[in-house]
Amino acid sequence: MSSPPTLAIETSGLRKLFGQTKAVDGIDLRVPPGIVYSVLGPNGAGKSTLIRMLATLLRPDGGTATVFGHDVVRDSDAVRRRISVTGQYASVDDALTGLENLVLMGRLQGYTWPKARQRAGDLMDAFGLTHAAGRLVSTYSGGMRRRLDIAASIVVSPDLLFLDEPTTGLDPRSRNQVWDIVRALLAGGTTILLTTQYLDEADELADRIAVVDQGTVIAEGTTDELKASVGQVALHVRLRDPGQRDKAEDLLTQELGVPVHLEGDPAEMSARVEDNSRVLQALGALTRASIEPAEFSVTRPSLDEVFLTLTGHKADDQSAGDAGEEAAA
Amino acid sequence: MTSSIEHVDDRVMAILVTHERPPKASPVSATITHLWRGIMAFKHFPAQLIDIILLPAIFLLLFTYLFGGAFAGSPSQYLQFFLPGIAVQSVILMTVYTGTAINTDINKGVFDRFRTLPFWQPAAIAGNLVGDVLRYLIALTMTIGMGLALGFRPGGGILGVLAAMGVLIVFAFSVSWIFAAIGVVASVPERVSGTSMIVIYPLLFMSNIFVRPETMPSWMQVLVKVNPLSHAATASRALMHGTAGFWDVMWALIASLVITVVFAPLAVRLYRSKNTR
Ligand SMILES: Nc1ncnc2c1ncn2[C@@H]1O[C@H](COP(=O)(O)OP(=O)(O)OP(=O)(O)O)[C@@H](O)[C@H]1O
Ligand SMILES: [Mg+2]
Repeated sequence: MSSPPTLAIETSGLRKLFGQTKAVDGIDLRVPPGIVYSVLGPNGAGKSTLIRMLATLLRPDGGTATVFGHDVVRDSDAVRRRISVTGQYASVDDALTGLENLVLMGRLQGYTWPKARQRAGDLMDAFGLTHAAGRLVSTYSGGMRRRLDIAASIVVSPDLLFLDEPTTGLDPRSRNQVWDIVRALLAGGTTILLTTQYLDEADELADRIAVVDQGTVIAEGTTDELKASVGQVALHVRLRDPGQRDKAEDLLTQELGVPVHLEGDPAEMSARVEDNSRVLQALGALTRASIEPAEFSVTRPSLDEVFLTLTGHKADDQSAGDAGEEAAA
Repeated sequence: MTSSIEHVDDRVMAILVTHERPPKASPVSATITHLWRGIMAFKHFPAQLIDIILLPAIFLLLFTYLFGGAFAGSPSQYLQFFLPGIAVQSVILMTVYTGTAINTDINKGVFDRFRTLPFWQPAAIAGNLVGDVLRYLIALTMTIGMGLALGFRPGGGILGVLAAMGVLIVFAFSVSWIFAAIGVVASVPERVSGTSMIVIYPLLFMSNIFVRPETMPSWMQVLVKVNPLSHAATASRALMHGTAGFWDVMWALIASLVITVVFAPLAVRLYRSKNTR
């Protein structure tokens, strides 16, 4: 509307410490309005901490953050008028029914009782929860609860919606439902910041992705840019005869045009490949050279592989310390 | 469950196109909404009523028959003195529950959501406390009703009893801010009740609720005299028996005011700073 268009989110050097833990350690983000922006990272990367600061729930220890131009600390009321949050752990009231939860949200945002009831009923309907509207939320399944949680966030449709790992723990069907909802919200004009641990989810929904690890952004860009840096697919080959690995490595490097990574197992190797068709050529070349793979697989890169590529080591290794602390706490 | 979801896309979209912005909820409306939330939750778990009804009943029976003979010659004579006092205990014990309830509530995920909504934030606590007035009412009705059945005869008549209930509810409302503050800062509900009981039991016994202070050592009489619970019991007694002078009631109201003025802003301040920990 106004020019230049205000960014939905802009942060600069954003930091949050918990004792010795640098949960968020200098994050710069620029999220334009009207897109799905995904923050991708393993357990303990700082995703929830980042969202809680942007949503005015947590005070940053350093740096600045604005939402639609409003400072999250100094102007938190203005920020709160534009945003909605669906936290990582269901933020609905177990002691009320599903419908009552939505009525509550409508009332607290200024709807009259009749308007709040109507809006609540409409949303229950749209989210396929009408049959459970009068049941206590404590009896809902994980997928139903998540949908209700998202419904509660859009009773008054926000300009910016934060979704913290909206599909973790859901079965594939429930996950698809949540994805549908996200796309519908986007089409309705809501900007969405979504955190996830799954690369395919970010790939499916996001226009831009920031990969975070240990509180910092280690890669940022459009989905295509990110994939280009990681490769479209991962080829994994296991040979019958480990003695042939050097020869196979040379052949594959040549055919695929990318470096081949030798695995710990002396018969295994892998590569990240841009172009699917080259995989077939490369496998053909191996066969012609009488090198027999015992098995091979072609998979889309997982989060682990993104990390392997971006950082040179696995996500697990890095966050092991944090995960341990979390479990102990 | 499955079939309805196939259309989720279009229908959610249809709902989203109405970008309505209702005006900000007023503080009163936000408080009423939180009150409604409490009442609905209560409606779904009526078992809470058992606590509210049983606790005052047990204490009333226990103390009347345990101490009655020794303190006043007979249980029924003791009851005339004791009932207006135990009414104070009945509501005060309910205020401790307020703290526990607030703590349980605040640690729910839904409070994170409340904090990101642009309504008057103290409503989240105030709504709870207003809802508790209903509990006080039930606890008082229960206590006084049983007392009447056991032979309590208030000289002040029904008006006197109603006036006493009014003063006790005002008093309990003010005290509930103390426990609201404890409820906000405590890490777990168990700690709220633990801390609260340590505060509340000495205050209850070091008052004129159970016995007249004349037989106590003089240093203790001083403590009993300044104890706000004594002021509440004095007002309750005087109103129920129809002997109330101006100051009998006034001290209870002043104590309520002072407690509220100190602890309400404190509880709200603590709640707000908990927001952005
Ligand atoms: N309230 C807290 N007190 C102490 N440490 C915390 C707190 N919240 C988060 N942390 C620590 O900060 C780091 C980042 O946590 P955060 O919850 O932001 O990670 P995350 O990316 O959301 O992880 P997950 O995928 O497991 O949800 C972790 O090491 C965590 O232990
Ligand atoms: Mg998290």
